[in-house]
Formats: sequence, structure tokens, C-alpha cells
Amino acid sequence: MSTSTQPSTPVGKTARWVDDRYTTSNALRRNLGKVFPDHWSFMLGEVALYSFVILLLSGTYLTLFFKPSMVDVIYNGTYVPLKGVKMTEAYASSLDISFDVRGGLLMRQIHHWAALFFVGAMTIHMFRVFFTGAFRKPREVNWVIGTVLVLLGIVEGFAGYSLPDDLLSGTGLRITQGIASAIPIVGTYVSFGLFGGEFPGTDFLPRLYAIHILLIPGIILALVTAHLLMVWYQKHTQWPGPGRTENNVVGYRFFPVYMAKAGGFFFIVFGVTTLISAFVTINPVWMFGPYTPDQVSAGSQPDWYMGFLDGAVRVMPNLELVFWHHTLSLNLIVPAVVLPGIMTLLLGAYPWIEQFVTGDKREHHLLDRPRNTPTRTALGVTAITFYLMLWVSGANDIIATTFESSINAITISLRILLFVVPPIAFTITKRICLSLQRRDNDKLLHGHETGRLLRLPHGEFVEIHAPLTQKEQAEILGKVDMPVLALETVDANGVAAPWALVNNLRNRLSSWFYAINVAKPSPAELEAAAGHFSHVSAVELEATHRHREFEALGGVLHQPSEDESVNH
Amino acid sequence: MSDTTHGDTGHGHGHEVEPITYTQSDERGRILLGLDEHRSRRTDTSQRAAKRAERQIAGMFTFAAICFVAAIAAYLLVPKHDIVWVPVLGNVSASNLSLGGLIGLGTLLIGVGAIQWARALMPDEEVIQERHELRGSDEAREDTIEQFRRGAQESGFMSRPIIRRSLLGAMALFPLPIAFLLGDLGTAPDDKLRHTAWGNKPRTRILNQGSGQMVRPEDLAVGGLINAIPVGLTELEEQEGSQNARAKAAIILVRMNPDEIKSTQGPNWDYEGIVAYSKICTHVGCPISLYQQRTHSLLCPCHQSTFDLSDSGRAVFGPAARHMPQLQLDVDSEGYLVAVGDFAEPVGPSFWERG
Amino acid sequence: MKGKPAVNVSSSKRRRPMAAGVLLLLALVSTGAAYAVTTSALSAKSSSAANADNARQGKLLFTEGCSSCHGLAAQGGSNGPSLVGVGAAAVDFQVGTGRMPMAAAGVQARRKPPVYTQAEIDKLAAYVASLGPGPSVPKASQYDFSDANVAAGGEIYRLNCSQCHNYAGKGGALSDGKVAPQLMDASPKQIYEAMITGPQSMPVFSDRQIPAKNKQEIIAYINYLQSAPDPGGSALGRLGPVTETVFLFTVAIGALVAFAIWIGSKAR
Repeated sequence: MSTSTQPSTPVGKTARWVDDRYTTSNALRRNLGKVFPDHWSFMLGEVALYSFVILLLSGTYLTLFFKPSMVDVIYNGTYVPLKGVKMTEAYASSLDISFDVRGGLLMRQIHHWAALFFVGAMTIHMFRVFFTGAFRKPREVNWVIGTVLVLLGIVEGFAGYSLPDDLLSGTGLRITQGIASAIPIVGTYVSFGLFGGEFPGTDFLPRLYAIHILLIPGIILALVTAHLLMVWYQKHTQWPGPGRTENNVVGYRFFPVYMAKAGGFFFIVFGVTTLISAFVTINPVWMFGPYTPDQVSAGSQPDWYMGFLDGAVRVMPNLELVFWHHTLSLNLIVPAVVLPGIMTLLLGAYPWIEQFVTGDKREHHLLDRPRNTPTRTALGVTAITFYLMLWVSGANDIIATTFESSINAITISLRILLFVVPPIAFTITKRICLSLQRRDNDKLLHGHETGRLLRLPHGEFVEIHAPLTQKEQAEILGKVDMPVLALETVDANGVAAPWALVNNLRNRLSSWFYAINVAKPSPAELEAAAGHFSHVSAVELEATHRHREFEALGGVLHQPSEDESVNH
Repeated sequence: MSDTTHGDTGHGHGHEVEPITYTQSDERGRILLGLDEHRSRRTDTSQRAAKRAERQIAGMFTFAAICFVAAIAAYLLVPKHDIVWVPVLGNVSASNLSLGGLIGLGTLLIGVGAIQWARALMPDEEVIQERHELRGSDEAREDTIEQFRRGAQESGFMSRPIIRRSLLGAMALFPLPIAFLLGDLGTAPDDKLRHTAWGNKPRTRILNQGSGQMVRPEDLAVGGLINAIPVGLTELEEQEGSQNARAKAAIILVRMNPDEIKSTQGPNWDYEGIVAYSKICTHVGCPISLYQQRTHSLLCPCHQSTFDLSDSGRAVFGPAARHMPQLQLDVDSEGYLVAVGDFAEPVGPSFWERG
Repeated sequence: MKGKPAVNVSSSKRRRPMAAGVLLLLALVSTGAAYAVTTSALSAKSSSAANADNARQGKLLFTEGCSSCHGLAAQGGSNGPSLVGVGAAAVDFQVGTGRMPMAAAGVQARRKPPVYTQAEIDKLAAYVASLGPGPSVPKASQYDFSDANVAAGGEIYRLNCSQCHNYAGKGGALSDGKVAPQLMDASPKQIYEAMITGPQSMPVFSDRQIPAKNKQEIIAYINYLQSAPDPGGSALGRLGPVTETVFLFTVAIGALVAFAIWIGSKAR
């Protein structure tokens, strides 16, 4: 290959060296100028990614000092209120990291806060993807990968939370062991296998450590890579807006704009995490004391992402079956095994569930505004409400003490509210979405209310409405009015088709999903409205003009203030 | 590349805004509007504003560098155990605050600087890039299928069923030995869950964990509570090198007026109003000693299961389904309180074989 | 193993079996003797003329302020339990922490500024003590924790106290709206009194259940909790993961979303 330019700089020479061997120019040529759409909500996933990088870095630091051992030692470090106390080496080394390694406490807190950020950002990112319909074809698989990532994040977080072997995390492990034991048929063996025999044993923490620092992070890393490659290859979705279509991406180039923005955002996430770790305590393990199976503290709660499970276990009624010399603990397997199983399945399968209902098998690259799919949005809010109610149940004792109320009354109320509040949330959300759609139409046809009053020559006051900007209009007009499914339920001879039942169900579901939507105005109505606006502005101009003349003659009339007219 | 930008469609200032047309639409019924006019930033139009932004950004990077140097100084100079009072935060570690504050501020400034750079000085005209079709062409698909058929044909995978089936059989068995290798993860449960250290020998004396002394009935006042373990448990733990025995044998002793006891799990299992119950919750095994002496109820702080100790430890509230197991009490010849034998049933959470 | 006598909970201290047996015997005899001496001394004291006078004045105060619930002879009523035999310590604790008299009938008497002066409380206590034998107000030497081992106190605290009062002394929920109060304002004397009298739902921890020395260690640990620094920064009320979560989803993620909105916005 002939070289048209001879690199002279060191960077250029290195680039040539690499390209001579790996054809990097091929890939870079295609990708450096890649366009990404810009919206703040697209950055929530980035928060999760950067938190994960922070976790890898801070976690590596912690491995240099942490000893994952359940061998008992007598603590002889610098934290006086535990001096001479018997504890495991894991707990003692956690104390050493907190008090005797300079910056160790900071790293522990960064690691813990970043873990909470990681799962939190994944969850909120998932909400964004759900409510905007970004999970639809061709991105269903990435949605499933995301679901798995959230699950792994929860397990990974819980494993890390358990490692210091303090009284709080040990209580969590005891509960985990109790739940494992309750699994039908194999439960006892699962528990004995995990703990190397009876609880607590001496094997569990070293095992958990290997899982926490090697196995799960490895899987997460692989899945995150796949997740990002898919986003890169399939290109990011974008909001409807001016110039945006299903076939293009409108935004800024990866190099230099997104390299600077994404790189900068990494440092912002790192900075915020570090500042929070400098200012706010997390998981003060020295306050909890070492774990022993005969001690517990009031107000024992898990980290936030396990809260919903703990809450489900708290509000579950005490059902237990004993039959043929066997015990089936419904009070544990329903809230701690069956419920999260169903929740995960519904979540992972949602893209296909919605496809079944809508019959929509087209590719989607333009996002839905949440209001434009009221049923999906309402379903999402219902699920979140249910989840929140479970989480609140997990904090029932803190609520009872903070608000001086009866924990028994709170628990019983939550058992009921858990099934009452989500349907109410569904209805309210759907109504709000529909009225927002109506307001959108209204704004398209009549414009913004400006708050400016105009007095017409015959004395009538009218409020000036300003037309929406092109951007605002494009966002609203990007709405798709979906047809309701009308699948065949009878064949040509009027006989019920073999799939009649299924088709009938799909027709009904699709009608439930879409039929209530408000249609957007037609082009003709929009043109008419635009004409009206130009007419109104002409009237306004004329009126203002006349008013000025009147003023010149020394008259006083109400006039819209100057800065207000500048604003519009 | 066929990307287009605003610039290509013409932009500038002061020219008339074109009226919006609603004639373009896509096949899904969206009404498509063209790209709106690009608004120039102050840094695009004013050389001075651009210079100011440049100085601002460089200033942030410089300040970040200073923060990092200061953080090194803090590492070397701030004693690691010093506590300082800070408004809002309280008494906090000077080392943690200075290190975290400086490193955090430095990294934050790098980030804010980089983003300000992108916002103020890098191009902000939107670029339109076409999406490529995700689906492979029909030709590519057919060719792939052809390739696959050829390979399958050449390998003889379909035409030699003996090889195929035997391979599938072998592959199906391959994970099994690996799974068996996990067998020694734990010891077999046997009847370990059915016995506790109280059954190691008859009439075990009871050790008060609050005083380190063996319990005599007169130690315990009415309304009183003692957290206790069997005598010799600490030695057993040393021997076993684990807290396994403690996780099953921990008990609480409470005393109430004998006439307040409604029932016990066996005849005369109390001793003059003193009852002994397992401390390990029958729900998921949290140790409970949250004893409310007025109501004789025991509340688990983990999931709020509540048990009535005056009534055989019956579960009265919360998710626990079973009563707390009771230990039969007596007094030996020297006047010490003893547990007559082991619990009559497994303590702690349920398990499948429990029955 | 057989016949092995009591061993201290902390495995660091171990005695020989024989010696331990002897020591134990000595300890029991001496505590018993000490107990007998103190009680008889106290009863001797309470029969003194000054105390009788105190008790008389206490009865007047009682009739005025307490009898509507506890009955004219402190025998108990529909709104309050009998106070016969609760002892002076119970009165000193309940009235001294402002729990009694209660502002309104309820499941829980909560701490509030005391209504009576210490002198009045002493008189009330003398009156109630005269009704029947019960724990007397502890002397300063009993709750003096200056020589107590904080770490040992922490161990006993986590075993006997934290399940209700929480690891940080922040209190916790009991059944039906009752609470184990937070301990941040409790004085050493009040902590001691609470342990020996078992106020409200709290069980009794007499000196034979938890000896005075161990009580002093507990007091030393609570005293540490009351003034403990938070090396890691603001502890968010030391309420554990619940407040951490609230902080996470408001301030922390809020800050990042604010940054994201800024990044996604167009510069002017």
C-alpha cells in the first residue's frame, strides 16, 4: 500500500505502527465520526458503567488489605471500643482498613457508595428504557442482558455487603441461610453446601470472596461489554424531534464531542462518589460489632436493593405446611423465592409480552414519549409502586419508631396496601398520560399561553397564544397513533379458527393497550392553526401599532411589559 | 460518509424563519419536521467569550492539579486518627475528609472542565447520520445457509447418526462428574439440625452471658431476662473452631409470676416461673431476646415475628409459623438451674426434612 | 468437660477449674453477704426519722400528682400499675426522666423534661420505697464507669441491649406502638436504674443477672455511643441503610442527574 502521508509526530508513527499490523484505521475510520443523540436521560446507563469502573478500581485496592478469613482473632488495633474482643479475621481486617490504613476508610466508603450507585443507576436506566420503549425490536436481547445485569448487581452487592462479617451483614447471611433452608427438597443440602456444613461454619466468607471479586465481576464485565457493543452496533435510539426519523441519528460525533462528554462524565461520577464518601458515612462496620449468631440489633436492614425482598418476607402471613414428614415454608419461599422469580421473569420477558399484545414487529429507533403509551407507562408505574411498597415494608420498624406508630398496625396495613395502591397508581397514571396527550394537541392547535393580555378595539380582552417552536412541535408530532389489532377469530366459512381464543385475547388486550389513545391533529388542522397564529400575530402587531400611536398622543393604556415581549 | 449538518442546509442570523410545513410523514403516521435552525452560542460569535471559556476550562484543570498535590500533602501530613468537628457533618476523621474532599473535588473539576470544553468550544451543530439496515441481505442469508449445509454435509453429522448420537450422549454426561465434584462443599446434614449442645450430656448447667456465672433460680428477678448458653459451650467452640454450636444452643431465660404462665410445652417445664426458650427464631434464625416483660412477648427485630412466652412460646404475630422451642428446666443438688435435656424439636428455621 | 464450672464469656480470661470453683463460691458468698448488708442498711436508713418525714411529704405529693392513676394507696388503678415494691429507683427513673407523670394516657410513656424537682422526686421515692421493699436509688459509686472497660461493655451491650435499643443506641420498635427508647440522653444513673427496675416493657436486669461491674461497662459503652465521632462523615442519624437509601436517591443520584441534565443542555 502506498503511503500518501508520512507521519512525522510520535503519535502518528505509533498509529502507523499499529495500523501496519492490525488495520486499526478501518475500524477507527468508521467509528470516530459516529453520531450519538444527546439527551440527559441517555446518561443514566453511563452512571452505572462508570460506577462499575470505580468499583473495580476501589475493590482492587481493598483486596490488598482485606483478609477473607473466618478464623477467630483477638482484635488489637486502634479502635478502642473493640479492643480485646474476639472476632473473625475478616472483621478485624475491615477495622484495620477503616482505621489504620490511610485512605482506607475513604476507599471502603467509595466502594460501598459506588455499589449503591451501580445498582441504583442500573435501575433508573432500566426505568428510562422501559418508559420510552427502547427495549422494542431490535433491542430485546439487550433488555434481557440488562435484566441479568441488574440481578447480578444485586447478588454482587449483597456478597460485598456480607464480607466484613459485622453484626449487621451477619444477620443478613443468617436470613439468607434460613431462606436457603426453606427451598423444598434440596434446601438443607443447598444450605450445607453453601456454608460447608452448619451455619455459620468457617468456609462461607472465603467462598463468597471468590464469588465477589472474581466470578460475578467477570460475568458482569462480559455482559457489560456485550451490552455496549450492541448499543454501538445497533446505534442509539433517539427522541422524536426536528429532523429525526426512524432511519437516521441526529446528534454529535463521538470524536471529539462525546469523547469529551463521556470522559468528563466519568470524572464527574468519580468526583461525586468521592465527595459523598468524604462527607457521608456508609456502613460503619465498627459500630455494628463482630457477628456472632446469638446477637442482633434493632433496626437491622439490608442495603437498599435487598430491601424489597426483606419487606416481602416481613409482610408475608405465616403459612407453613407440614405433610408426610416434610415442611413446606410458604412464609419464606413465596416472598423470597417465588415472588422475585416471577418479578424477574415478567421483567425479562416484557418485550415479548408487549409484542404479543400489540402485534408490533417493526424496528423502533425513535422513542415513545411515556405519555403516548399510557398503558405501558401505567404498567411500569404499577410495578414500581408495588416494588416501593415492598421496600417500605422492609423499613416498617424504622417507620414505626420515626413516626411513633404501631409496627403491628403498619405491617397489617401494608399487607392490604400492597394490593390496593398499585391498581390505583395504574389508573391515575393512565389518566395523567391521556390528559397530557390532550394538552399536547391543545398546544399544537392553540399554542402556549403567554400570559399576555390584549385588549381588542371593541374592548374585549384576549390572551395571546404563541405558537410552539419547531422543536416542540416535532416532539409532539413524532407520536405514532397505533391501530388496535383485529386478528381473525373466524375463518372464511364463519367457523371459529383454531387460534380463535388466542387471537380474540390479543385483540382485546391490544384494544386495552391502545384504544383509549388520543389521536393527534391532522396536517390540515395544523395548517389551519398555523394560519390562525399568523392572523393573530398580525392583529397583535396592528393593535400594538395603534396603541403606540395613541400613546404618542399622550394617552395611557395597559401595555404588555417590555421584558415580557422580549421573552417571547 | 453521507452525514449532513445544519451548515449544509444553510444557517445564519437575521434571516426570515421559514413557515413550518406538515406535509412530510413516515409510514407509521408520524408528521416529520425538518431540522430546526441552529442557534449560535456566544462562544461562536464572540472571540472574547471563547477566550473566556478557554481560560475558565484551563482554570478548572489547573485547580484540579492543585487539589491532587494537596491530597498528597494531606496523606502525608494529616494524622490518620485526628477527629475534627465540621458543621452539618459532626465529628469526622480529618484524614478521610481532606483526602476525599481534595481527590473528589479534583476529579469533579476535570469532569466539569472537559464537559464545559465540549459544550462551549466543540462543534454544537447537529449532525445527521443514516442508520444502516440491521438485517442481512437475502443474498448473504442464502449464502450463509448454503455454507452451513455444505459444512454439515462434509462433516457427515447428519448422515452418520451413530457418531452424532454417541457424541450427544457423551456431551450430556460431561457436566455430571463436574457437578459431583461439588459434593464435598459441605458435610451431609444427617441429624445435625436436630441436636444442640444441650443434649451433649443430661442436666447441663446454664451460663449467664451477662455475668459469666452459672445461673441459680434466685438470680432471676420476676420480669427479668438472662441471655444464656450451656456451660462448656465456649470450650466446645474452641474445639470445633466455629460458632456452629452457639447458633443452635443460645437461649433466653425469663421469669414471670408462676400464675401468669398459661402453658408450657411439657408438664412442669418451668421452674418456679422461670422458663427457657431457644433464642433462634423459627422463621429465619435471627437471635431474639427482645422480651417485653409486661406482655411476656418476644419480638424478632428482623421480621417482627412475635411469640408469647407465657403460652408455650406460641407465634402470635408476623411471618413465623411455629412456636419457639422450649427447654425443660430443673435445679440440681447444688441449687443451680439446669436444662433437663435437649430441645424436643429442631431449633431455628424450617427445613424440608423437618416434618 | 464434666463438672467444669463457670467461665467468663470472653475466652481470653480462663481460670483453672478448681480455682474457679473456689472463686465462684467466694464470689457468691460475698455478693450474697454484700446484698444482705446493703438491704438491711438501707431498710435501717429508711426507718430513720428524716426518711419517714420525707415519705410523709412524698405521700402528699403522690396524692396530688399520681394517685388519680396509681390509686390513693399506690395500689394501682385502671390507668396505672401498682407501685408497691417497685422501689425508689423506679420512681427516680420514671419521674426523673419526665416519663411520669404521663402527659396523656397511651401505650408508651416518653421521655420529656421532668415535672418535679430532684428534691420532690426524692420525697416521692421515699414514699414509694416505704410501701414495700424494692430496688433503691443507686449510689454514685455504683454507676461510676471511669475504670470500666468500654470494649467489654460493648460485648454485653450487643448481647443484652442492642436487640431493642439498636447497635448505636438509637432505639427500636416494640409491639403495638411501644418503643425501646433511644439512649442518647440517658445519664449513667438513669441507665443503671432502668436496668435494675425494668421500666415499662423492659425486662429487669438485677445485679445478680448483670453484676454492677458489668453494668458499669455497659454504661461506659453507652457513654461512648453518646459522644462517638463519625469518622466517615455525617452518619445520617445512625439509622442504617434506610436513611442511606433516602440520601442515595435524593441527594446523590439527584446530583448526578443534575449534571446529566447540564451535559445534555445546549450552551448559550
